[in-house]
Amino acid sequence: MTWLFVITGAMVGAPLRYLTDRAVQSRHASAFPWGTFTVNVTGSLVLGLLTGATADVHLALGTGLCGALTTYSTFSYETLRLAEEGKRAYAAANVVASVACGLGAACAGAALVG
Amino acid sequence: MDRPGPAETIEPIDPDVEAEDLRGTVREHWPVLCAVSAGGGLGAAARYGAGLLWPTAGGAFPWTTFLINLVGCALIGVVLTVVTHLASPHPLLRPFLATGILGGFTTFSTYAVDIRQLLADDRTATALAYLAATPVAALAAVWATASATRRLLHRQAMS
Repeated sequence: MTWLFVITGAMVGAPLRYLTDRAVQSRHASAFPWGTFTVNVTGSLVLGLLTGATADVHLALGTGLCGALTTYSTFSYETLRLAEEGKRAYAAANVVASVACGLGAACAGAALVG
Repeated sequence: MDRPGPAETIEPIDPDVEAEDLRGTVREHWPVLCAVSAGGGLGAAARYGAGLLWPTAGGAFPWTTFLINLVGCALIGVVLTVVTHLASPHPLLRPFLATGILGGFTTFSTYAVDIRQLLADDRTATALAYLAATPVAALAAVWATASATRRLLHRQAMS
């Protein structure tokens, strides 16, 4: 049953990440990967808000949905591509901003429910 | 993640028009969304299984999530380099493998929330080590596998 919660949440979270990325990326022209940044910060905020949630809710919305909504693999690949394209400032800014804003969002989420 | 096409989207004033646009996007991208969803479910199941096999004690360095993200980043370096080099990759290959499986396997939210928890538990040194080690290791992994794969594909094309 726990597996069902995780998989169902992830099957919603992953396409939500795809749609959000497309929507965000079509609305700006900069090289900065705002789409992945948006899903990672939003997912960190929601997972922070789930602090103290029941085990089942945490499995479905936390491990499943937020886990699949956010991504480390695309984040690191996009950072690598920025660096390879000579956009080193963007690459560095992507790492610093994603980590700082992701952590800030997780803290804000936990503080809001704590 | 897949980049959208170059098509310019004009911001509608009427929110219903925007909603119609989203429905159109969903209809048009239905096979891709299904591939991403199925891959995401598989990737997340693998991550959940790894967490059950190798649980992390409270206050300890989150080794399982660290290694999951490291492995996921190493694999995306291989997958996206190969897919980019293919003459005509199946249109669902990249959405299923990279956006779906690897996107669902790796996680940024658990990384951020685990750092917050370590800080809240006064495990400041562990929190800072984890905070710094994950992006450094992840970037080193994706760089190493993408360049190795590129070299292999280049050598193969030469021979």
